[in-house]
Amino acid sequence: MKKIVFILVLSMIVCCFAGCGGSSDAVTLNVLNWGDYIDEELLSEFTQETGIRINYTTLANNEEMLVKLQQEDCIYDLCFPSDYIIEKLVSMDLLYEINKDNIPNLQYIDKRFLDLSFDPGNKYSVPYMWGTVGILYNTTMVDDPVDSWDILWNEKYAGQILMYNSIRDSMGVALMKLGYSLNTRDEAHILAAEEALIDQKPIVQAYLGDDIKDRMIGGGGALAIVYSGDAMWCMDEIEGNPDLAYAVPESGTNLWFDNIIIPKSSTKTAEAEAFINFLCDPQVAARNAEYIGYSTPNAAALEILGADYIENETYNPPQELLDKCEIFHDLGDFINVYNDSWMRVISYAE
Amino acid sequence: MKKFRSFFRGTYLGLMLIFLYAPILVLMVFSFNGSKSMGRWTGFSFRWYEALFHDTTIMDALMVTLSVAVISALVATIIGTFAAIGIHSMKKNPRGVVENISRLPMVNPDLVTGISFMMLFAALGIKGGYTRMLIAHITFNIPYVIFSVMPKLRQSSNLLYEAALDLGCTPMTALRKVVIPDIMPGIISGFVLAFTLSLDDFVVSWFATDGIQNLSIYIYGIARRGISPKINALCTLMFIAVVTLLAFVNIRSIKEEREQEQAQKRLSHRA
Amino acid sequence: MKLKRQAFSYPYIVWMLIFILAPMLLIVYFAFSSETGLTFDNIITALTNEMYMQVLTRSVWIALKATVLCLLLGYPIAYILSTMKKRTAAILYVLFIVPMWMNFLLRTYAWQVLLDSNGIINSILTFLGLPAQQFLYTEGAVMLGTVYNFLPFMVLPIYSVLVKLDRSLVEAAADLGANPVLCFIKVVLPQSVPGIISGITMVFIPAITTFAISRLLGGGKFLLYGDLIENQFITLGQSAWPVGSALSFILLVLVLISMAIMRRAEHDAGEEGGMLW
Repeated sequence: MKKIVFILVLSMIVCCFAGCGGSSDAVTLNVLNWGDYIDEELLSEFTQETGIRINYTTLANNEEMLVKLQQEDCIYDLCFPSDYIIEKLVSMDLLYEINKDNIPNLQYIDKRFLDLSFDPGNKYSVPYMWGTVGILYNTTMVDDPVDSWDILWNEKYAGQILMYNSIRDSMGVALMKLGYSLNTRDEAHILAAEEALIDQKPIVQAYLGDDIKDRMIGGGGALAIVYSGDAMWCMDEIEGNPDLAYAVPESGTNLWFDNIIIPKSSTKTAEAEAFINFLCDPQVAARNAEYIGYSTPNAAALEILGADYIENETYNPPQELLDKCEIFHDLGDFINVYNDSWMRVISYAE
Repeated sequence: MKKFRSFFRGTYLGLMLIFLYAPILVLMVFSFNGSKSMGRWTGFSFRWYEALFHDTTIMDALMVTLSVAVISALVATIIGTFAAIGIHSMKKNPRGVVENISRLPMVNPDLVTGISFMMLFAALGIKGGYTRMLIAHITFNIPYVIFSVMPKLRQSSNLLYEAALDLGCTPMTALRKVVIPDIMPGIISGFVLAFTLSLDDFVVSWFATDGIQNLSIYIYGIARRGISPKINALCTLMFIAVVTLLAFVNIRSIKEEREQEQAQKRLSHRA
Repeated sequence: MKLKRQAFSYPYIVWMLIFILAPMLLIVYFAFSSETGLTFDNIITALTNEMYMQVLTRSVWIALKATVLCLLLGYPIAYILSTMKKRTAAILYVLFIVPMWMNFLLRTYAWQVLLDSNGIINSILTFLGLPAQQFLYTEGAVMLGTVYNFLPFMVLPIYSVLVKLDRSLVEAAADLGANPVLCFIKVVLPQSVPGIISGITMVFIPAITTFAISRLLGGGKFLLYGDLIENQFITLGQSAWPVGSALSFILLVLVLISMAIMRRAEHDAGEEGGMLW
């Protein structure tokens, strides 16, 4: 018995060292991203090209990412947060100022996505993906026109509505339905939105994250709030469901930008910049955008993707729609009012 | 009447076993499904197993899980065994204090343990997800080792150790030659327990680490994104591993039992 | 100089102070501190906030229901096993433990797959010509997941007590004319109380603090106390540590109280309960 245990233990130790032994002195970048938000084959290609390894971690929403980036002992070298989070990180002085000489591929980025309000002059961030928030619906289940947020409150679709489990997005939908600003600091507006969401709760099937996509593809819901990129993914001819359609209410919606940033605490900034440059390469950006379905801000990549993508209104919304859209802004400590409201919504029980 | 009763009993146990196994078996069956669907069978295929072995993220997570389990169980067994030997010879009061503090990680909800580690590591500035996970696992493992070794120590006699010292052994040799062999079963069961606890942990790791994932954390991430047949394939392999291990252990113990029985029989014959 | 035997425990004691005691004190520290010093505000917030209390009562309620269900389902299993031949019982016993050795998240994930609207259960229903049902993301699904995950924790301690039960007492009672039901109520049940109690502790406490089950099977609609605490730490971050710690502190107190009650009951029952391991 003793012998067996000894051999067992010994072999396990050997296994471990064999496993850990590989990580010699190559630089490893710690990358933090959303789920399904990069073509993971690109990671190994980058490693093959440059010898830089990538430790890839995913999480579910912007708020979780912010928490990780705010920690004093933040270990990440590269992240993909949204506009309002970048605004907050800039104001907290947590971002590394990018050396643009190391990212020549920046020239391919469409000027429309540079120099935006959350990061003037793109000192700290490089555009990665962008899109809108809208309603993905199953045309075999929904016969009303999908042109306003009100349809998400229609009891006809009780138990068939999927909402995001994310504070700004779901509160945002209620604010937009009521005609308020997405960045309102009026507590009465927020309370009204909270009430609307609580009213809606009995007909909501679930508050989910990325799993909305699988459910919608599988016909598990009639109406769902999604980002335009996820809508593209779900409507894909091969992997998706042809019955699905995407609509943005006529009153406008939330326009968002996800950029790549390097936390100030990173000690591998040159390697991180090399990775950013790699992702901005038109061929790579096109492949990546095609794989994940999100709209690329890379003009050269969009050319490569071709007319199918350029003319697709989900993928490349027309300017008159964009003019009606609103961008999230950092609300400072006022976000706590949103947090409290949202917590009351999801903890509410009939 | 009796027949009816035993029939009823069998049915009940059978139903409960179905309840416990059906979900796992369904996962396993659909790991061989040709398509991603979990409701329709479209044909037999090994494609998800192939995908599983080619997925470096899963393989990395598996490596983290196994290496943390082995290292943390080993370290916890060493520290815990010595601790038990030391605590055993303490006076009543300090002993009570140490034992009670040691019980904390066993009593504490995992959630609270995890959160407390999260705050501690931030306060101490311990970086590195792997180190954090290792420390957390060693910590919640040690008490289980201590409390598996303790009863064996109580059964063994202190006098042997003292005698060994009087006969000129150094404390280390005395420990090695006299005490440890006596409590070996306790040490082994402590190690096995620590190993399985570490293997299975999700909650503590989830809060304690950052930037590194073990299998549990990985599965939680995937499950929040929807369903993936790769996880089914993983489930099948883990199930086979667990069953093999348990079968191995149990067959051994049954064999030992039989040998003992036969030995007893022989003894009684002679008498 | 002769090295004292207790010196062997010194490395552990250092470890224990840093990694067991200090983290606990940190929770207490954050729960009772503010920028100005000692305060009870965090605890008061955690206890008076209507939403937190609503979630707490719901979690306790769901955990209680799950515990009762586990007891009702698990006791017969343990009892039947204990009356079987030793070798058959040993094999069946292992069969009941095996699922517990599977990863907790895999087990929960399995139900997610099973209950899905396109899952196997609904496929069977449609095959039988019945309408498909929404199983996933209901309170029932959360309950099912909890019972499923913790049922073995109820069976094992009860079984280990019942197995040691003196059979001759049962036979004596039967000889003295007690019918099987009376026999069970008067003889078997009282003796198995310690096992029942440790079973209840081992199901109730994890059930109260679980957080992944409600997320995966409840679809974020049925927030439990564990989810609340997780949310404070994972999505709200450092600014929420004081309230998060206060919530954890309350949870800890709750756990200690329920354990004290159990211990008391166990003491009254007069015997040590069978532990899982």
